[in-house]
Amino acid sequence: MANLAKLSLSEEEELMYTGQLAAILDHARDIMALDTADLLPTAHPLELRNVLRRDVEAPSLDRDEVLSQAPAAEGGRFMVPRILGEAP
Amino acid sequence: MAIPMSSEAAKEFIPGWEMVIGLEVHCELKTRTKLFCGCTNSFGQEPNTNICPVCLGLPGSLPVINENAVELAVRIGLSLNCKVDESIFHRKNYFYPDMPKDYQVSQYERAINENGYLELPLSKKMVRIERAHIEEDTGKSTHVGGGGGRIHGADYSLVDYNRAGIPLVEIVSAPDLRSADEAREYVSELRAILVASGASDGKMEEGSLRVDANVSVRRQGSREFGTRCEIKNLNSLRSLVRAIGYEAQRQVELISSGERVIQQTRHWNEDQGVTTAMRSKEEAYDYRYFPEPDLVPLSPSGEWIAEIQGRIGLLPAVRRERMASLFDSVSKGSTLDQIVTAVGLGLDDLVVAAVESGADPKLALARATNEVASDVGNLANLTVANFCELVIMESEGKLSATQAKTVLSKMLESGSGPQKVVKSLGFEALDASVLEGLVDQVISSSPKEWERFSMGEDQLSGFFIGQVMKLSKGKADGKVVTSILRSRRA
Repeated sequence: MANLAKLSLSEEEELMYTGQLAAILDHARDIMALDTADLLPTAHPLELRNVLRRDVEAPSLDRDEVLSQAPAAEGGRFMVPRILGEAP
Repeated sequence: MAIPMSSEAAKEFIPGWEMVIGLEVHCELKTRTKLFCGCTNSFGQEPNTNICPVCLGLPGSLPVINENAVELAVRIGLSLNCKVDESIFHRKNYFYPDMPKDYQVSQYERAINENGYLELPLSKKMVRIERAHIEEDTGKSTHVGGGGGRIHGADYSLVDYNRAGIPLVEIVSAPDLRSADEAREYVSELRAILVASGASDGKMEEGSLRVDANVSVRRQGSREFGTRCEIKNLNSLRSLVRAIGYEAQRQVELISSGERVIQQTRHWNEDQGVTTAMRSKEEAYDYRYFPEPDLVPLSPSGEWIAEIQGRIGLLPAVRRERMASLFDSVSKGSTLDQIVTAVGLGLDDLVVAAVESGADPKLALARATNEVASDVGNLANLTVANFCELVIMESEGKLSATQAKTVLSKMLESGSGPQKVVKSLGFEALDASVLEGLVDQVISSSPKEWERFSMGEDQLSGFFIGQVMKLSKGKADGKVVTSILRSRRA
């Protein structure tokens, strides 16, 4: 999982997180043990549907202000480290 | 209307083998704003000028779905005979800087449109549509340093988020296509449907329509599917056809030499005409899909769907029927091909209008699918009225075919009407009396040929027409000259 999240963890950290994640999984297992045969699946805790907005333009942010917050920028674009993999 | 069967020759690329192709087409929707925020949806702007807290994924920002994007997605679904149903959004997580949020919002478990089909216009083959779901587009990365803008060897990358959050519909076909030609026919027809329904501008060259192809091969007669590869970076119909051909050939050669095809994603290199491995399934991303907690389910009501249905324009199949009805018979393959081309390029209104105002249908169709189609980028320069006038001038013999073609090309270039172009080119039809004078001049200067022609050597008419053409500097109409010759002989 650390691999997937691209995190380098020390051995102690690995041990600590393994315990914490195990507790989360246990909790999920408890929930899965409940009888839900009579319940409909929910996609969202709120019973709302179709929260929509009209197709109307709103002002965008000032580019210089946005890029001034970025670690690095060049030619109006965000500068990021060399990317190893291809785009998914 | 009689439809020719698709040629068997096109299906069999290497004797004994069959291709199996499924396509994923990403289509940018023609909305004013992005999918979840009010930033402008437009192509070719200065980098990072259409960005806001929502599409930059800044903390505390919340997405709200664009109603028009939903409408256009439903238009696509209905046009592809899909079932439109309640759907939900998921987050597709990955580490790649083209999405500032580190995830892309997409529909994973339940798509808004499912289980439709599309009928190929020439072969009449049904291609199943598995789903057509809504998702947001990603930003655009430019790789700097290294070789040729590719990722490998790049020193760093620059990202423009103008495209991040633009609404897309991804249309996934079943693996029902069996040749590169069928794949091309499918994408052309799909493009025509997307444009006709008003959902997209369908511009492949601007990236509004992007195609990924899943390709596998199997022995003819086999019912099992082979191992497939997914080809990316197909930016034109030409690339699509070439890439599928190359990839299928590669797979057959692998299997024939006793090796096996590895399931992987491959990149089409247009310059070298080859596909190269991008990543194999073993290192495939685990996207950790989970329901997007910031968005509630989408559930278009029956009334809304019916309203949307009413706003979809005439679809290509109906447009082709309408055009076919202008002809006594379209059993001839060339006419049907021309009809498909005209509808595919949206030129059918021109032809119908020209025929309604008295032009010969075959002539109108030919001018539209040859001269206009070859310069379709300048279509805005051509008014329906000007096209009608030109075709009628040709129908009435005021212009020869060659002249009409030249005039039409100039009209597309300049935006001028036919009268003006005809004048500037000096194409005004010669008065009949002038033409008769020219014919008589040629007869008296070639008495031997005239005698032979008079004795019944019809093939000599070509000689006389040629001479008259020369004298008139190409302005004479060959048909009129022939009839004058006949009347002189009688």
